[in-house]
Amino acid sequence: MELLGLYHYWVFAILLMTGFYAVVAKLNLFKKLIGLSLFQAAVFLLYITMSKVDGGTAPIFSGAADAVFSNPLPQVLILTAIVVGISTTALGLGIVVRIKEEYGSIEEDEIQEIDRR
Amino acid sequence: MSGLGQHLPALQVVVPILVAPMVVLLRPRGLAWAASTAASVLAFVIAIELTLQVLGAGPVGYLMGSWPAPYGIELRVDALSALLLLVVTGASTVALVGGRQSLDAQIEADRQPYFFAAWLLALAGLSGILVAADAFNIFVFMEISSLASYVLIAGGPDRRALPSVFKYLIMGTIGATFYLIGVGLIYMMTGTLNLADMELRIHAVGDLTPILAAAGFITVGLALKAAIFPLHVWLPNAYTYAPHMATAFLAACSTKVSLYVLLRFDFFVFQGNLEGHDLQFAIYLMPLAVLGILVGSAVAMFERNIKRLLAFSSVAQIGYMMLGASLVSIAGLTAGILHIFNHALAKGTLFLAVASFAMVAAGLRLNELSGIARRMPWTFGAFVVAGLSLIGIPGTAGFVSKWYLIMAVMELGPAGVPLVAVILISSLMAVVYIWRIVEVACFAKTEEQGSSAIAVSPLMIVVTWLAALANIYFGLAPALPLTLSGDAAAELLRHLP
Amino acid sequence: MNGGSTIILALLLPLGGAVAIALAGRISANLRETVTLATAGGLAMTVWSLLPAVMAGERPGVSITELLPGVEIAFSVEPLGMLFAALASGLWIINSLYSIGYMRGNNERNQTRFYVMFAVSLAATMGVAFAGNLFTLFLFYEALTLSTYPLVSHKGDAATVRSARVYLGILLTTSIGLFLPAIIWTYSVAGTGDFVTGGILASKINGPAVGLLLGLFVFGIGKAAVMPVHRWLPAAMVAPTPVSALLHAVAVVKAGVFAVTKIIVYIFGVDFLFAEPSSGWLLYAAAFTIIAASVVALRQQNLKRLLAYSTIAQLSYVVMAAAVLKPLAEIGAAIHMVAHAFGKITLFFAAGAIYVASRKTEVHQLRGIGLRMPVTMTAFTIGALSMIGVPPTGGFVSKWYILAGAFQADNYFAVATIIVSTALNAAYFLPIIYMAWFMREPEPAAAAHGEAPWPAVLALAITALLTIAFFFFNGATIQLERQVVENLL
Repeated sequence: MELLGLYHYWVFAILLMTGFYAVVAKLNLFKKLIGLSLFQAAVFLLYITMSKVDGGTAPIFSGAADAVFSNPLPQVLILTAIVVGISTTALGLGIVVRIKEEYGSIEEDEIQEIDRR
Repeated sequence: MSGLGQHLPALQVVVPILVAPMVVLLRPRGLAWAASTAASVLAFVIAIELTLQVLGAGPVGYLMGSWPAPYGIELRVDALSALLLLVVTGASTVALVGGRQSLDAQIEADRQPYFFAAWLLALAGLSGILVAADAFNIFVFMEISSLASYVLIAGGPDRRALPSVFKYLIMGTIGATFYLIGVGLIYMMTGTLNLADMELRIHAVGDLTPILAAAGFITVGLALKAAIFPLHVWLPNAYTYAPHMATAFLAACSTKVSLYVLLRFDFFVFQGNLEGHDLQFAIYLMPLAVLGILVGSAVAMFERNIKRLLAFSSVAQIGYMMLGASLVSIAGLTAGILHIFNHALAKGTLFLAVASFAMVAAGLRLNELSGIARRMPWTFGAFVVAGLSLIGIPGTAGFVSKWYLIMAVMELGPAGVPLVAVILISSLMAVVYIWRIVEVACFAKTEEQGSSAIAVSPLMIVVTWLAALANIYFGLAPALPLTLSGDAAAELLRHLP
Repeated sequence: MNGGSTIILALLLPLGGAVAIALAGRISANLRETVTLATAGGLAMTVWSLLPAVMAGERPGVSITELLPGVEIAFSVEPLGMLFAALASGLWIINSLYSIGYMRGNNERNQTRFYVMFAVSLAATMGVAFAGNLFTLFLFYEALTLSTYPLVSHKGDAATVRSARVYLGILLTTSIGLFLPAIIWTYSVAGTGDFVTGGILASKINGPAVGLLLGLFVFGIGKAAVMPVHRWLPAAMVAPTPVSALLHAVAVVKAGVFAVTKIIVYIFGVDFLFAEPSSGWLLYAAAFTIIAASVVALRQQNLKRLLAYSTIAQLSYVVMAAAVLKPLAEIGAAIHMVAHAFGKITLFFAAGAIYVASRKTEVHQLRGIGLRMPVTMTAFTIGALSMIGVPPTGGFVSKWYILAGAFQADNYFAVATIIVSTALNAAYFLPIIYMAWFMREPEPAAAAHGEAPWPAVLALAITALLTIAFFFFNGATIQLERQVVENLL
């Protein structure tokens, strides 16, 4: 019960490790970037889920004195983090394009082979 | 001045970040450089003024929009951040002022505005980390500086920079994300992001397990960004293939700023809250520091490309800083923080000189540098002075921090003897790798082919020598960095009995 | 002018001279050498002007800056340093004269660099001589190592660079690896590194740690060339002869034994060390070096290498004399620095003159050379006799004092060492003298030649005369050095 009750942590952990696996194990630079995005997205989920308060509503003040609000701050934070994540992905993709232009490949082992020559 | 003076902590970031987009629009040749240099000089002046304020009246606080902390965003400059601000803005200014010719040679004219914009963003990001008093702002600034650094490193003519920067991007993002996870865990338990507030509220947390996990995530993530052995693998290639001036700038400060955040968290936030944290910190990081020192120096001894050689030497020097920190004593931290400053002086000068060599020599492999001393005696002289500082010859800045480090290690008593040996052995290794360069440069037969007729601009030589003389000045009169690092160490360790 | 500013002047004069020499070198060789001689003369006058005050018992001093708490750059002139500085600055004049003859006679390249670095080395030597504490001593000790490197590697060919690497490697390794930890150790237990009469370490450390610290100092000061850290000295012989003569017979090597003596007298304290059995090994190490280096010298064919091994042995005389730890022996150590300096510089001058005139470098080539170069070989003979310790040469005086000190301590091991090594010295020097004067030149005769250029001959004649003069006129020196051990007499 306790373990399943915190299911969003499981989602976080599984996404995180999936992303990390892709980053480490894949040789294709593009797949690495997908992994990296997944890795970051997992953290976004961690932040967003923790801001949820049981029975809480959106934090819009309606006049009711006993209203329970979810914490808005993590959502704001994660909005910034998402922007950062997108920039990183965009820059990463830009670099992959440049690598393709220069080396004619986006496979890590092939690039290393070319550089060694 | 007093009106503007109280906004200095904010201006430290605002100036470069505002000039950056303007620079992109500056098309005429040289204007982008001039504007960025002016912004960087201004940032340097602000950093000096802030340092004076910190020396005079203690830490300088600043509330963004006058919202009180912890609700508003607080900026805070204390001795540690002031020292690092000097390093960051100083390195950027020196590299920009002296480096125009080198940058012109390596960056195509139509891409220069973008390059300089990225430079200023990196500067703004690094300064932002140092003035921020808030864990999430640190994250954002860290990413700004990292993204800009990736652009700087990839901006040169060498295509091998691209795979290196990709590696750096992957590892840097993983490091930053680890940091974010750690901050998230702390936020979950405390509900605050302000460092000072966080430190107080952790006292009230009942179950410290998430905080311990957060400490782990944050330390590992930052160690990745700070290139602490064995997480340094991204560093050598990134520094080697980056444009020379970008290397001079980033090598002097970027890893150190991550180290700064690491020290802040581990000593400021966690030290007073986690029982036995100092012991864990020492047990995990001291062996890594020692290995980093030895392995970095050893690889540098056999490296053939001079930039890679110096990059591996940086890995070893980061080890010194960590070694000082992992002693968890006032003397140790003082030595480690002092070494941040002194190493920046030495390594910055070395890379400036290397940038000059690159303009005249056929390449940067050792055999391509043969006889360079005869063709560029002045630049080479500065290189030797900085090299001596790196080794730690008395009379140079490097000696002062090594002296302090050894003194700090000796406080351990007999247990410190092996560490003294490590420091001395790696100093001797530094003699070897610096002297390999000196010998090749002085005595090997000059290869006439491949040498270009370009003369290095006098400005470059003057700047390089100013940096070299700073190594001697701070070797003979180290009061300024010493006071700052002593204060910083005392402040970081206020929780220890 | 007070003592403090004179000290500063003595440090700055050679540095200023170096700049002036560099500038003059662009104009003409004559001007450059005039500037060199003028700088040397000015330095000698400056240094010697301190002498009356020091003789009268004053200790002029000056503190430049406090680098770290308790660690400052400070200078203070005491009798040992005064003697060393006076010796080095005085001989620099003669050596410059000799250099002019040698470098021109040899058509060496990069002569300006040579004179510039020479002046810089002298500045470092003055810093070593006047250092008021361990840290300042270390600072200038390293500066001396680094500034002599370009002189040793002057020729620049592969073999020279290899030897210069050995030179720099050994000196830097020992100084950073052993000397520096010893200094830091001293500062951390005594809280200071100032040179104080009677020492600063008494009651601060005891037992085997004393012997260990002494070992770190003695082997860390590689310039003293106590075996096994002597290999740099033969390696340094690839340098032009004037460098070997002034630096590797006087300034650099004497900086080493000077530092060892100074540390024994002013850091440990003679009485403290004498009472501490764990320091006894130093005497035996020095004695071993004396005998072993003499035996190796016996087997050398190259004249300069032979002189280098002879220097190693003679340096250990000083170390051994200091290690006898009795007042007369300490005086003997100081005097031996002077006596050996006069004798050995004469020998190197002669070796260099022979090379310039005849291109001969090996001992067996010297048959009959006395008839071709009578002045040079007369000087060589005087120098060699001084090494052996035959009156009327300076070498006799210092051996006398060292022996007297050894008897004072009832140390018959030291006495025996001196006797055996005197025999060995005779065994390798006398055959050369015999060959030079009494054997015939091989037939057919090598290229006809006479003496070396006159400045070189003049220089070696002067130093030979000094060697003899020191036998007769040594009263002032001894009186000066008595002050070192005044508290013990």
